[in-house]
Amino acid sequence: MIDIKDLCKVYLVGEERVRALDHATLHIYPHEFVSIIGPSGSGKSTLMNIIGCLDVADAGTYYLDGLPIEEYSENQLARIRNQKIGFVFQSFNLIPKLSAEENVELPLIYQKVPRPERQKRVKAALERVGLSNRAKHLPTELSGGQQQRISIARALVTNPSLILADEPTGNLDSKTSQEIMDIFHDLHAQGNTIVLITHDNDVARQASRAIHILDGQITEVTL
Amino acid sequence: MILSLKMALRSISSNKMRAMLTMLGIIIGVMALVVLVSLVSGATTSVTDAVNALGNSMLTVTIADDKGCPVTLDTLDEWMEEDELGLLAPQISDTLTASGREGSGSVTVYGTTPAYYDIQGLQLAMGRWLKRTDIDNHSYVCVINETAAEELIGYVDCVGEAVTINAVKYTIAGVLSDDEDSLTAAFSSGSMVAYVPYTSLVRLSATALSEVTTFYVSAPEGSTVELTEAAMTEILMDRFDDDEDAFEVTSQDVLEDTMSSITSILTILLGGIAAISLVVGGIGIMNIMLVTVTERTREIGIRKAIGASRGTILLQFLMEAVVLCMMGCGLGIFLSWSILQIVNTVVVSLNMVFRLNGGVVLIAVGFCFVIGVVFGLYPANKAAKMKPIDALHYGG
Repeated sequence: MIDIKDLCKVYLVGEERVRALDHATLHIYPHEFVSIIGPSGSGKSTLMNIIGCLDVADAGTYYLDGLPIEEYSENQLARIRNQKIGFVFQSFNLIPKLSAEENVELPLIYQKVPRPERQKRVKAALERVGLSNRAKHLPTELSGGQQQRISIARALVTNPSLILADEPTGNLDSKTSQEIMDIFHDLHAQGNTIVLITHDNDVARQASRAIHILDGQITEVTL
Repeated sequence: MILSLKMALRSISSNKMRAMLTMLGIIIGVMALVVLVSLVSGATTSVTDAVNALGNSMLTVTIADDKGCPVTLDTLDEWMEEDELGLLAPQISDTLTASGREGSGSVTVYGTTPAYYDIQGLQLAMGRWLKRTDIDNHSYVCVINETAAEELIGYVDCVGEAVTINAVKYTIAGVLSDDEDSLTAAFSSGSMVAYVPYTSLVRLSATALSEVTTFYVSAPEGSTVELTEAAMTEILMDRFDDDEDAFEVTSQDVLEDTMSSITSILTILLGGIAAISLVVGGIGIMNIMLVTVTERTREIGIRKAIGASRGTILLQFLMEAVVLCMMGCGLGIFLSWSILQIVNTVVVSLNMVFRLNGGVVLIAVGFCFVIGVVFGLYPANKAAKMKPIDALHYGG
């Protein structure tokens, strides 16, 4: 599924070269629920950007579904993100001017899915996160937990190979956090591959496998 | 495409005040362009119509040097037999004092022949025009205009009354109606005019000669002014030893050509100024689009993360700029139409009708589209080039 070998990424911060990723190697198999855990500055955001095809590594190889990611152009990466990856962000990242259902519909528009099919899939995705009754609401009219569920619906609607969640519970209280985690468990039970990035051990422990990252290096893999 | 159009409309309507202010430049530019050009073309049309009403198929011939071979009334009669020429009528004029039973005053007296009536397109209100026999007999009959009838006699229906011109008693044979639409009437409005037989004025006036020095020629039925002009010139060249300075043949076309070149220069000049204000409006659009792109960096990041390609983002912002421009253009055209309606009601007395000029509307629409694309391209490209991670983390 995900096959990462000797991945390196160096940033220039002022005069200083920061090794955000230092020969990181990891494998994630289909239908796994993996968490990547590490303190801030450990390189987990960089790893997540690379796994999410938002950024490309300086060295090393990354295969997603057998595709050599570093060989693709910007537009090809956009298409891969569109078709293979569903993002869930810490700050939800919904477009404020669009209603819940329009936000969920957006990736399908970019896939050029015809309208009747789009409507069907948007409805199904909203049902899966239990927010069919909020379809017409704007993000600002929804609570944090509801917004996060909308963004999970947006990630789901394309039936991606991988759901990539970056601190999905970071902005939520513990009760709604647990609701969101329950949704992830459900999705995992339905056979989705989930990679969850967090700094919270309690959240990380809920995954079937936790990968620790520190100073750009994969230090420990706990089952 | 339709979806991106919808998105553009939505994003514009989410900030109406700003959109309105942005469009203002385009609205004013379009208004300037459409109104000015429509006004010029409206004025041109009405002046051209007035010139045409003067008698478009008429040539004026003036003879400067007769080379001892003067043109007489008989010569004109001979030429009237030519197939290439229509009617010919001489004209001499003098300003003389006339008096009637009611008053007296200075009258412009024209001496001419019967053909003059048709060549000049005159209209009789009552009575008759000059006849062949009046010319042959040197009769003291005259045809006067309505103004003269009212001033000299006191009323219009004065056929058979007498007026004294330069101490000679003339009988009024007919009265011409003052045609208010024609340019002649506009030039001579309020002045008194009398037409008398050519031969009669020669006797009366000290300056009038029996040799004809000015005459009018009309084109025959089914021919053009150009052909007639060529034929007339040929005959005159023949008569005056190929000396082209001896005479001059002018047609109304010359007047028309001059006028149309003046108005086209005016149109280009005004259109150019208006186009500059449109470009300024376009810069305003670019400015706002740049602000919009910066404001919406995060949105661009989100869209890119979930799979929007460069082209999609480019199209989205370009569409917004073009839609803004076209909306401004539409509003500008509507306002121009309103302004022209108002102008029409205000200057109704001028006898001019101003309409939206279709050509300039098309030009305005095309120009606005081009401006939208040109000034939208840079901001849209800036948006499209953003890196998804940078855009996503912009502003927290």
